[in-house]
Amino acid sequence: MVTQTITWITARGLFGRRRFLLLLPLPLLVIGLAVLSRGFGVAPEHWGEPVLVGLGLAVVLPVIALIAGTGVLGSEIDDGTIVHILTKPLPRSQIVLPKLAVATAATAVSVAVPLYVAGVLADSVGLGLALAAAGTVGALAYSALFLALSLVTRRPVLLGLVYVLVWEGLLGNFVSGTRVLSIQQYVITIADKIAPTPLLEAKVSLPVALVMSALFTVGFTALAIDRLRSFSVAGETS
Amino acid sequence: MTDVVLDGVSKWYGNVVAVNDVTMTLGPGVTGLLGPNGAGKTTVLHMMAGFLAPSRGAVTVGDVPAWRNPSVYERLGLVSEREAVHDFLTAREFLEVSARLHKLPDPSAAAQRALELVEMTDAQNRRIGTYSKGMRQRTRVAAALVHDPQVLLLDEPFNGMDPRQRLHMMDLLHNLGASGRTILFSSHILEEVEQVSGTVQVIVAGRLAASGDYRAIRRLMSNRPHVFAVHSTDDRRLAVALIGQPSVTGVEIDKAGLTVRAGDYGSFTRALPKIALAEGIRVRRLLPSDESLESVFSYLVEA
Repeated sequence: MVTQTITWITARGLFGRRRFLLLLPLPLLVIGLAVLSRGFGVAPEHWGEPVLVGLGLAVVLPVIALIAGTGVLGSEIDDGTIVHILTKPLPRSQIVLPKLAVATAATAVSVAVPLYVAGVLADSVGLGLALAAAGTVGALAYSALFLALSLVTRRPVLLGLVYVLVWEGLLGNFVSGTRVLSIQQYVITIADKIAPTPLLEAKVSLPVALVMSALFTVGFTALAIDRLRSFSVAGETS
Repeated sequence: MTDVVLDGVSKWYGNVVAVNDVTMTLGPGVTGLLGPNGAGKTTVLHMMAGFLAPSRGAVTVGDVPAWRNPSVYERLGLVSEREAVHDFLTAREFLEVSARLHKLPDPSAAAQRALELVEMTDAQNRRIGTYSKGMRQRTRVAAALVHDPQVLLLDEPFNGMDPRQRLHMMDLLHNLGASGRTILFSSHILEEVEQVSGTVQVIVAGRLAASGDYRAIRRLMSNRPHVFAVHSTDDRRLAVALIGQPSVTGVEIDKAGLTVRAGDYGSFTRALPKIALAEGIRVRRLLPSDESLESVFSYLVEA
């Protein structure tokens, strides 16, 4: 009953906010570009990689996860409504886990659908399913990371963007070592191993991808639960 | 009985001390936590409610620590100062959510009872976003009361309420206290504290400046001049006569009348009628203007 209630109020809070609507164009853009490229008969090797990886996995997935992951708890912290949920005799895991589930589900649905469609148009149903599955794993890991960020910093969106753009986007291209700590690389690897195509290029091994995804998820979820246990409300600021 | 105990509690942020070595025990009944803005009232309340870790000392609610211990909320309710509520819910939904998160056996009945307690049953099916400030406040109080807690902490509960709502809230707190619950509310407005509770904890600049029945505190400060507001048929002549009295230490005159400072309560009140009679002045009003919490308070701030 508690889990359902938290899930319900979190989902209403998340989908009730306008900023979530702003995310609709991103998945539509992926589908639109794939449909256009296919319609004009452009060969998949020319558009597949930029649309699937460059846009889908490197931008759409982390950005949607960022909004959802920081939104489920961060927005309640920002406006102070979190106090109503925290003044209940609940183990903090009972608050964090349903919120993580909502963020993951929202991200997975908004990302898996366009990835599946684009994957089918670029190659095959197999690639579509592989991308959708890998995207769901990524949605979970990213959501756990961003949810924890919303508890450890006052600026979770900024820090999350730094991780996505600088760490994964910039350093991931030049410094190969950073790839071991890049959710994006895990997602690419998992998709590539499920349905090998020349469109995707796995840069880390599958065991690394799977183990690290699990570590990210469990580690940051545990961190979030612990931080919520010590959640402080600042005193009078004046 | 659930007592809230602060034992040698300090809280600092970096090198700013917000609360300095406060020890207090709150028992059943209504207690007012009084102090000017920025004195540390909210910090004290938040430590009691488990939302801040004391830097030193211990905060316990019914013998268990408040910090990192969600089980205290089984018997503690908090109404924080921030107004935020989930605007997209109706009061009814909000109360039922609260009741469910408390794992109450009958959330609907608990919600109904709490809404009746704060007189919010009429508007219960409207979205909270459409409420006035006072209605939101009452909804938040209802949410804090939904599980019938032994301890209720309220931060500035009367803010934004109109006089009728204020009176109703005072009644509610009074009744809750009379039924054996431990109620603590903070305020920087003295009349509120005076009307609801006889027991006061005064916090000034992070320190506990006074504690106990405010009238008793007042009596302890007998070295302080008593102030009377006097109005008569001839204030100026009365002032001249009064200043000749050894018991009078000062007289001020303005449009509203006289403000008389007396060193000794007894001899001044005995002398005044005699002087008035001798001078042929009729005294229209005599008010001991400092028997209010205001004077206790400003005295403590100055000290």
